[in-house]
Amino acid sequence: MKYLIQLSKIYIQEYIVSVGSIIIVLFALIFAPIPVYAESIQLIPTASNQNRSLGEYLSRVGNCMGCHTAKGGVSFAGGKKMYTSFGIFITPNITPDKKTGIGYWSKEDFWGALHRGESPDGRMLYPSFPYTEYTKVTRKDTDAIFDYLMSLEPVSKDNPSSKIFFPYNLKPLLYFWRKLYFKEGIFNPDNSKSKEWNRGAYLVQGLGHCSACHSSRNFLGASQEEKFIGKKMTGVSWYAPSLTSRLEAGSGELEINEITELLTSGITKNTVASGHMATVIRQSLQFVLPEDIRAIAIYLKSIGEENSDVASAESFPILSKNIRNRLAQGGKLYTKYCEDCHQSSGRGIPGVYPSLAGNRSVTMASPLNTILSVMRGGFPPSTTGNPRPYGMPPFQQIFHDEEMALVVSYIRNAWGNHSSLVTEIDIERSRGSSRD
Amino acid sequence: MKHCCLIISFFISNLVSASESLSVTVPDTMEERVKACTICHSNKNRVGRDAYYPRIAGKPAGYLFNQMRNFRDGRRYYQPMAILLENMSDEYILEIARYFSSLQLSYPPPEKIGIRPEEIKLADSLIHLGDPGRDVPACKSCHGEALMGIKPFIPGLLGLSHAYISAQFGSWRNGGLMRGQNSNCMSEIAKRLTDEEINAIAKWLAIQTVSGEPSLPGALASEFSHRCSNIDPENMHSE
Ligand code: HEC
Ligand code: HEC
Ligand code: HEC
Ligand code: HEC
Ligand code: HEC
Repeated sequence: MKYLIQLSKIYIQEYIVSVGSIIIVLFALIFAPIPVYAESIQLIPTASNQNRSLGEYLSRVGNCMGCHTAKGGVSFAGGKKMYTSFGIFITPNITPDKKTGIGYWSKEDFWGALHRGESPDGRMLYPSFPYTEYTKVTRKDTDAIFDYLMSLEPVSKDNPSSKIFFPYNLKPLLYFWRKLYFKEGIFNPDNSKSKEWNRGAYLVQGLGHCSACHSSRNFLGASQEEKFIGKKMTGVSWYAPSLTSRLEAGSGELEINEITELLTSGITKNTVASGHMATVIRQSLQFVLPEDIRAIAIYLKSIGEENSDVASAESFPILSKNIRNRLAQGGKLYTKYCEDCHQSSGRGIPGVYPSLAGNRSVTMASPLNTILSVMRGGFPPSTTGNPRPYGMPPFQQIFHDEEMALVVSYIRNAWGNHSSLVTEIDIERSRGSSRD
Repeated sequence: MKHCCLIISFFISNLVSASESLSVTVPDTMEERVKACTICHSNKNRVGRDAYYPRIAGKPAGYLFNQMRNFRDGRRYYQPMAILLENMSDEYILEIARYFSSLQLSYPPPEKIGIRPEEIKLADSLIHLGDPGRDVPACKSCHGEALMGIKPFIPGLLGLSHAYISAQFGSWRNGGLMRGQNSNCMSEIAKRLTDEEINAIAKWLAIQTVSGEPSLPGALASEFSHRCSNIDPENMHSE
């Protein structure tokens, strides 16, 4: 907490203090008679000190630590395994260790990695490192992250090399992919929009790398630019919903404070973040400053579609007796196993047990996340806003596939929800990847 | 993915009237928060068909805390629990550990399994005397005179099933990867015992009637606590 307050102070300062005044501070430090300032030097943040704290904050927003830390391992020393459909990546050590980390890198080298996806030895990096998004991060912010990383304790840790599957391990293929999908970019502010909106757009498209998960990835995991169309995450089982569609996770019809509450605490009265989103919130978004989260929310709301007639345009066939039967069976299971928490109204308990009625995570076309939630259960992330979450039990050890299909079909069609029925085949498929 | 049919569901929707009060509240207790755990870890509520689920109620808090972090951080493998713990803070894990540690649930009755007299003799001797020749201390020197554990880090050995105990020894012997980053005292001990000995001990422990309480920290002699990397002498008296 203390660390957060401190961070936010420094960050706000950084925001207000123009480059000019940083230079003044620098000059003051350089030209001041040393004896007088010797004591106060630690109190006045030097430019590079300040840059480091800014860098620490920005690295949180970019969640560098989340990927570059093995489970239970030393922060930033790499070794985390990422299972993707084109290989198993093992993240590198990015502490300033000279042999096993990036201790020999210059600022220029670091910029090359984040902005162009190139290692100093000329190797092209794989887009499992989201430089495809980080390319929009400004040089100033990249430098601050670099200063921060260089201020860390060097950790000597050699990580095993990634195992990239054929044919993705062929260099020409990566070259080709980059030609097709990777555009070195800078963030171009839209002057017709507010400052806040632009700040939000910058964070979402750049450091926040939301589209690394929330957009349809092409071959080699390339995102389709800025469309946020939603996709089944490569090699991993959760489906990252569209951030524009009102039937999925678009924010067009939400209040700004609902969006900020979800992104920082992981839970609102209507919904809850699960799976990878819960992890992103725990590792990164809960630490984002209120004004930045608000900016993100404003931007998300602006890209979310509003009230198109998609839903009402669908026509629903009359229920056959057989289907009604199956739903009634699912309803019985619900009463026995779920109602205690989610209530017979399906509305749950605000902030404790999420509502299933009208919850888009439950009703969206892909039933995958709902199936996973019921099979595996889970706790929302422990965050400052929700430090002691209530949990949902797993049911995979209790239900057969058929029962699972019945209860999931039921909650997708009770209380005014209507979406497709789920079959045992869907349940079977959702087991596809158990490692994540 | 192709879904068979879209349907409209007048008949279930809105059956529940709006009269159901929205002001339902849930108890602000740990018991309510950890229902996701008790679905497997409670005696009365064992819905799963598996006798394998170990008892956690009443075990020393420091021990439970270590195990939960091991599951979360990939040092002990059981995927269903790793998923539940994935996004939990250390503070909250400690609170949950303290909660389970404070519970006094009734123990399950002794398991009904056959054990031969020579197995009883073998187990009894290893548990109470150990085998100094192979540097295997008596189990009771660490797990307490009553074998109910020593607070806060050493768990009791009674009230666990034969299958669970054997499985734990199995994982300690297979490289000791599980439970803690370094191999620890239990993996050393497990590697020195034979299959027959482990089987006899697991059976013997599973057929005991549980009685007694975990011993207080003072019961653990330092020559034993030093053998275990997962015991933190600084914190021995913190519970
Ligand atoms: C989604 C996971 C992920 C995130 C988030 C992430 N990285 Fe990485 N990073 C990787 C992977 C995987 C590689 C290795 C790519 C390769 O080998 O082609 C990598 C490579 C790198 C490299 C090149 C290291 C080398 O030795 O070549 C640097 C530098 C780096 N990341 C810095 C960062 C910084 C700074 C951030 C935060 C702003 C960050 N990463 C966030 C996954 C991630
Ligand atoms: C590592 C992959 C990943 C990243 C990065 C990521 N998300 Fe998500 N997100 C997911 C997945 C998977 C879900 C679906 C699970 C769920 O509903 O909580 C999701 C769900 C969501 C939801 C809907 C939550 C709900 O239940 O209503 C929102 C809103 C969202 N993400 C916003 C963002 C924003 C904004 C960013 C960038 C700052 C982001 N996500 C980055 C994977 C990711
Ligand atoms: C002990 C209380 C409890 C019980 C019983 C319970 N749930 Fe949950 N449920 C929760 C909690 C808490 C969450 C949030 C979990 C998370 O964030 O991972 C949740 C989440 C969900 C979600 C995901 C919602 C979202 O927004 O992503 C679905 C779907 C769900 N439950 C369905 C069920 C079904 C079906 C049953 C019965 C088979 C059930 N639940 C039983 C507490 C419960
Ligand atoms: C699906 C059933 C299931 C659920 C749900 C579950 N556990 Fe477990 N738990 C197990 C099994 C099985 C083991 C033994 C795993 C092994 O080592 O093989 C275990 C082991 C443990 C242990 C170690 C016990 C010991 O004596 O070493 C602790 C502590 C624990 N669980 C706590 C929890 C907590 C806290 C929760 C809720 C957050 C939870 N469990 C949820 C099945 C479950
Ligand atoms: C030197 C001290 C020491 C001795 C001697 C010892 N243990 Fe342990 N034992 C421990 C510690 C410490 C743990 C907790 C391990 C952990 O934290 O992962 C433990 C854990 C266990 C567990 C796991 C309990 C559970 O709930 O999961 C079993 C079973 C066990 N020991 C059996 C034995 C048996 C049988 C013997 C005698 C052959 C024995 N131990 C001798 C220190 C000892």
